[in-house]
Amino acid sequence: MIIQAFAFYLFAGILLVSALMVITARNPVHSVLFLVLGFFNAAGLFILLGAEFIAMILVIVYVGAVAVLFLFVVMMLDINFTDLRKGGMQYIPFGIIIGGILLFELIAIYSYWIFADSALQNIALPIASDVQNSEALGLVLYTDYVLPFQIAGLILFVAMVGAIVLTHRTRPGIRKQNIASQHSRKPSDVLEVKKVTSRTGA
Amino acid sequence: MDAALNIGMSHFLILAGMIFTIGVFGIFLNRKNVIVILMSIELMLLAVNINFITFSAFLQDLTGQVFVMFILTVAAAEAAIGLAILVVFFRNKGSIAVEDISGMKG
Repeated sequence: MIIQAFAFYLFAGILLVSALMVITARNPVHSVLFLVLGFFNAAGLFILLGAEFIAMILVIVYVGAVAVLFLFVVMMLDINFTDLRKGGMQYIPFGIIIGGILLFELIAIYSYWIFADSALQNIALPIASDVQNSEALGLVLYTDYVLPFQIAGLILFVAMVGAIVLTHRTRPGIRKQNIASQHSRKPSDVLEVKKVTSRTGA
Repeated sequence: MDAALNIGMSHFLILAGMIFTIGVFGIFLNRKNVIVILMSIELMLLAVNINFITFSAFLQDLTGQVFVMFILTVAAAEAAIGLAILVVFFRNKGSIAVEDISGMKG
């Protein structure tokens, strides 16, 4: 119990500090790196809760793909980030009020959470103790949830196509390979036999 | 002390609430910088995921974990599209400040 509490407070503390650093860091590159740290600690919390597969997916998808994408964009765009911070201070008291009320209400709800009896009786997919987490997820993901799973793949595909279409641009003045014109080239189009008279050639 | 050491459902739920609040506050704090706003949205989605996993673990129901996978999918798609829009906007305007995104306003 002590070790579990220690692990929880370690992961939760680092997660909260890194989440605060994400929104307060002056340099957005630091923000992204703190986001990575936060996701690693969230993965630790998920392992603590017995969701190993989701923890690994979080590390692979978020740290490996999404955070690196953020890092690419932050480093690619040449932006003066100090100008972006100016004038934001006037909304801080308002934000503190909204955030404080939201946090107070959430804590008030979560502190005394009790499950209703009907909720405990209507469990859709009980977690079996003799099946590993990844295996249990695989058993339901490709059977009961196969349609949402396929739709999720479709969403990713549409997002990929959309991102490519949005960022693709045809720049003028760039020489590209045109395979059809290369193949349709004939010797008579490009070669010419010149008759050079004697003693006049260079 | 006993309540603090005995990690229950409320601990995880309150942690998720705190992270969600930090995400909301981040939008107020960095309301000019679209990149940090997108990162704040990622934080809020992470809080939602922690909630789902917590209820999944304490109800002994696998459905929450299945749903977290779909949330992760949508979050990844959202981040990719959002950053693509951001890159196109920066190419056209040379800035990513939110108040510059008012070109359609008469």
